[in-house]
Amino acid sequence: MPALLEVRGLSVDYLTDAGDVRAVDRVDLQVAAGEFLAIVGESGCGKSTLLFAIAQLLSPPAELAAGSVTFAGRDMVTLGERELRHVRWRDYSVVMQSAMNALNPMKSIEAQFADTMRAHARLTAEAIHQRAAEVLRLVGIDPIHLASYPHQLSGGMRQRAMIAMALLFTPQLVIMDEPTSALDVVAQRALMSQIKELQQQLGFAVVFVTHDMSLVSHYSDRLVVMYAGQIAEAAATARLFARPLHPYSRGLLDAFPSIRGPRRLLTGIPGSPPDLAHPPSGCRFQPRCSVALPECSVREPELRAVDGADVRCLLYPVPAEPAAEHPA
Amino acid sequence: MTARAEPTPPAPSGSEPLLRTTDLTRHFRLGGIFSQQVLHAVDDISMEIGEREIVAVVGESGSGKSTLARLLAMLYRPTRGRIYFRGRLLESLRSRRDVLWYRRQVPMVFQDPYSSINPVFRVSHGVMRNLTLHRPELRGAARRAEAERVFEVVGLTPAREMLAKFPYEMSGGQRQRVGFAQALALQPRLILADEPVSMLDVSIRAGILNLMAALREREGVSILYITHDIASARYVADRILVMYGGHVVETGPADAVLADPKHPYTQLLLAAAPDPREPAAVDSAAVAGEPPKVVNPTEGCRFVARCPIAVDECGRVTPRLHSVGVGHAAACHLALADPGWPGGSRDGG
Repeated sequence: MPALLEVRGLSVDYLTDAGDVRAVDRVDLQVAAGEFLAIVGESGCGKSTLLFAIAQLLSPPAELAAGSVTFAGRDMVTLGERELRHVRWRDYSVVMQSAMNALNPMKSIEAQFADTMRAHARLTAEAIHQRAAEVLRLVGIDPIHLASYPHQLSGGMRQRAMIAMALLFTPQLVIMDEPTSALDVVAQRALMSQIKELQQQLGFAVVFVTHDMSLVSHYSDRLVVMYAGQIAEAAATARLFARPLHPYSRGLLDAFPSIRGPRRLLTGIPGSPPDLAHPPSGCRFQPRCSVALPECSVREPELRAVDGADVRCLLYPVPAEPAAEHPA
Repeated sequence: MTARAEPTPPAPSGSEPLLRTTDLTRHFRLGGIFSQQVLHAVDDISMEIGEREIVAVVGESGSGKSTLARLLAMLYRPTRGRIYFRGRLLESLRSRRDVLWYRRQVPMVFQDPYSSINPVFRVSHGVMRNLTLHRPELRGAARRAEAERVFEVVGLTPAREMLAKFPYEMSGGQRQRVGFAQALALQPRLILADEPVSMLDVSIRAGILNLMAALREREGVSILYITHDIASARYVADRILVMYGGHVVETGPADAVLADPKHPYTQLLLAAAPDPREPAAVDSAAVAGEPPKVVNPTEGCRFVARCPIAVDECGRVTPRLHSVGVGHAAACHLALADPGWPGGSRDGG
């Protein structure tokens, strides 16, 4: 069975006066129907740009430089705006980062839901009302809130209303850009469980972007770690948490405190992601890497399969020599 | 004695904590002037912060933790109750000189490092301004040297170059360090840190948490750390206060509260903390619901609607904090004390 979403060699450039900046560099992704894929990385690693490229929402100065996006058998890159309108929201939808800004403060929830439905389909007022109430109930909000304005809802409810809006047409794919980052820990947990339950119930696939790796540990099937516009590591979630291969993945995993066990000193990851206008030579993570070899600043590693994962790191031997043990 | 301007002699007794509150309460009237609706943001909080101590206040949005910080920062006046700093009652600080004396020793670091630093000035501006206002004895080169020193202490090196930057040239983590440097320039005794890491990437949060620990060690300041993340509270704090609906529902040494949470709300916070090293502990039903807006409350526990173990009494009688272990107290009718702890077998119930 072909993948629901297939991204091949996707590159995105930001065109600036000082030259082009490559924010997403040759990314390959596959998402099967009903799968939950998480993309993690720090601010500025290109994860949101990648989402925008997949959803065909790039606007200048960002520009698709290379690659293809195939969604449900259609080549998205070549579709025009008119054709996209029939796919958008009906077949895939996007939940933006900040519900605070993504919802219109001047309009009731129902009016915003109705806008969305009218833009993408011909429906009677009655059918719109029915469906709006239905999706709100789906995310655990009483339909009386259809008449509410965004400021009358709590942060968690606003975010759930956004998810309800994304489900209006029962899409096959829901793309989520840090939907929980403005919420506190308890509301985050509640929302994640709810997304997972809805996904199991309705069968849509999820592409979920976050900077907090711990958040998706129990929910995603596969995990893609991005660094400086490239995939650093991709593997099944359980596999990646149990045995992260890339030093960057390890750094992300060691960055948050645990509530159990002895207190350990956390180091985080020293430094910050590189300026993509002037990426470092060799491996892009090498200036922040605690286990870098001299070779790392000279040779750029390729993404390579290393027992069950794809990893972009020179620490892992070239597959010519069979099954050498990995450095700790 | 230091060269610091002291309006009156410091703390009267050696046993007085750095800061102490008794029955601290703040209400807000909602709606128009004839409205009878009163929001109870903070109710009856009695707490202490010792010298060189890091105390974490943990709770969800709407639990009253930021109101508590603002009360302590003298941004709000208490509706009722008192705050003592080094033995002095805060209400008694009336003159500008006295208020500056307090503000200098108890500065605040804000949640959002993107909006709390003025973008049109170099980052040296805030630090230099604090030095000019609060430490006029430092002049010219000495002031500059002190600005460089505090930048070095918070890890912004090389300090000379960093001071010359504009906020947009810095990352979120660096900006938050600027916030701490500004506070540190005042030679504070207590820093009020209101969610200082929640806007930052997970990968740089550890650095700011470590900075807070280092400030206590090296500069001897106390810190009130406000957060919704109980895991980070455990990492950095000596003691934890858990707030819900304006009340403190549990308080105690960080290790005791985390190892043996007595209040069902603390247990919920712990269950919600993501921990990839553990299997998922809760489903959405257990964490559903939100903290109440406490408007014109009646008697009874404010957590009752979300509590999995509530009994009849919980809806009728407001539970008071009662001791359940060494320095450990919980406000729950059903919370059991440690074995052998006096009062372990509570009457009533």
